[in-house]
Amino acid sequence: MTITKETVLKTAKLARLKIEDEGVQRYANEISNLLNLIDVLNEVNTDGVEPMVNVNESAISMHKDEVSDGNCADEILKNAPKSKFNYFLVPKVIE
Amino acid sequence: MTELNKLSLKDALHHLKAKKCSAIELTEAHISAMEKQKRLNVFITETTDLAREKAKDADARYLRGDARGLEGIPVAIKDVFCTKDVRTTNASKILSNFIPPYESTVTAKLFDEGAIMLGKTNMDEFAMGSANNNSAFGQAISPWKEYGKDEDLVPGGSSGGSAAAVAARMSMAALGSDTGGSVRQPAAYCGIVGFKPTYGRCSRFGIIAYASSLDQAAIFARSVEDTAEISKAIMGYDNKDSTSVNIKLPDFQNALTQSVKGMKIGIPKQYHHESLDPEIEKLWMDAKEILQKEGAEVVEVDLPHTKYGVAAYYVIAPAEASSNLARYDGVRYGLRMYEERMTLDEMYEVTRKEGFGHEVEKRIMIGTYVLSSGFYDAYFAKAQRVRRLMVNDFKDAFGKVDALLTPTTTNYAFPVGDKKRMDPIALYLNDMFTIPASMAGLPCISIPGKLNTKGLPIGLQVIASNFREDLMFQVARNLERCFNFDAAPGSL
Repeated sequence: MTITKETVLKTAKLARLKIEDEGVQRYANEISNLLNLIDVLNEVNTDGVEPMVNVNESAISMHKDEVSDGNCADEILKNAPKSKFNYFLVPKVIE
Repeated sequence: MTELNKLSLKDALHHLKAKKCSAIELTEAHISAMEKQKRLNVFITETTDLAREKAKDADARYLRGDARGLEGIPVAIKDVFCTKDVRTTNASKILSNFIPPYESTVTAKLFDEGAIMLGKTNMDEFAMGSANNNSAFGQAISPWKEYGKDEDLVPGGSSGGSAAAVAARMSMAALGSDTGGSVRQPAAYCGIVGFKPTYGRCSRFGIIAYASSLDQAAIFARSVEDTAEISKAIMGYDNKDSTSVNIKLPDFQNALTQSVKGMKIGIPKQYHHESLDPEIEKLWMDAKEILQKEGAEVVEVDLPHTKYGVAAYYVIAPAEASSNLARYDGVRYGLRMYEERMTLDEMYEVTRKEGFGHEVEKRIMIGTYVLSSGFYDAYFAKAQRVRRLMVNDFKDAFGKVDALLTPTTTNYAFPVGDKKRMDPIALYLNDMFTIPASMAGLPCISIPGKLNTKGLPIGLQVIASNFREDLMFQVARNLERCFNFDAAPGSL
């Protein structure tokens, strides 16, 4: 299976990755190579087989929905690229 | 007296308890080994000052008589674990300035037992790779060399720095993470023990996520016994990880003293693969005979879906990664690339382009593609169905045997920059013996067997059924005793 440059650009848009023009063909080749490796899965008859999401299927536990920490905004914001008035600062999104 | 950094973890604990050495002396011996071997590029961040302080505390505890289980033992931590107030990069530019305000559960448990962190180790970016060549902080190098050659070799990956640290006697043990073989493969390449517990045994809280249904904390040490010692400290239920499992730990100590007499051990016939190195295959068959001589019954078992493991993995892992890595957007932490007049989307796209290395971008692209509308069923759901068939293969096998014995890798460590071995698809296929156990969540361990004719370590893998780490340790310890592998890199 080979994928087109258009598919690469569409996928990059979905993944929010900027790809330079010269990178598009490289990705098309690399993803196609991997899809060729993956195509072997089509040999397997999986009729009636449920997809496995987690190996410990019965084990997922729930915990109570209650606050267990808090009052740590200052600490959290130490890693923020930009912040103001105890908020993360982002570019303007509404004109 | 033996150099302190060459002791086993267990002997070091005896030394400390008997006051034959202090925790400071033990820590300094390791720091000195780190300084002498800086060119191996094992650590991304060294925390030696912190380690010296902790060592003083450890000595005080020994004097007071309230030393904990791993008091004063110097360890290295893969840079995938969030460590409070210590930079955690995941070997990525996108997290190169990230200082976690919290501690991962596993490192917290390890430090609560008194282990001392020497630093954060190099790795493949976001744990994606098998040669440690995908690090934003440069290639980590193995302490091993081929006989008569001076070429640098890869330590394996993704936990390459942690493996090299333990092999080069810069730490007594180390934490890594294993998603498809990222601890077992470098352990085999570096001539040490690498153990991945059952999925759910260790909390994933604070381990930077790659593929959440596969990621598991894992351990490097230089003996099975030392590995079990660290394991006891880091395993256990944690309500901060919904996939963590509350099942009692088996008695490892007892398992390590039992023979394999009466055990049934399976040899999966599909692992006799055409790409398997003949010397590794010979070691594997020798081990089979050893187990028989020790009184185990060895039978051939069938794992018919083995050959689909790599393909299913390279759908599932990138899909989960593309979802997990969506959080790196330059808003709350990590790198932000922004210029005046950029839209929010442009900020995301440029930040991610600049912040991620090529292999990570590629896996995000593949993951996004297989999850995208029109392809989800054909790729993602298909791979998850094949995964169930692989799990069923193992369930059938463990209905007949107590443990499985396989090679860890198809091959041994190769030179840095070896184009043929570094080819992406060749690297993916290199994981064909470690991926199946990961897909089924099984506990598995790689132990060193011998040096091959080139002077490089080769190893074998023991796999047990879920939550039966005791059986896995029992087989591994008996093989270790018979192999009696005590080779160290020539530079030491």
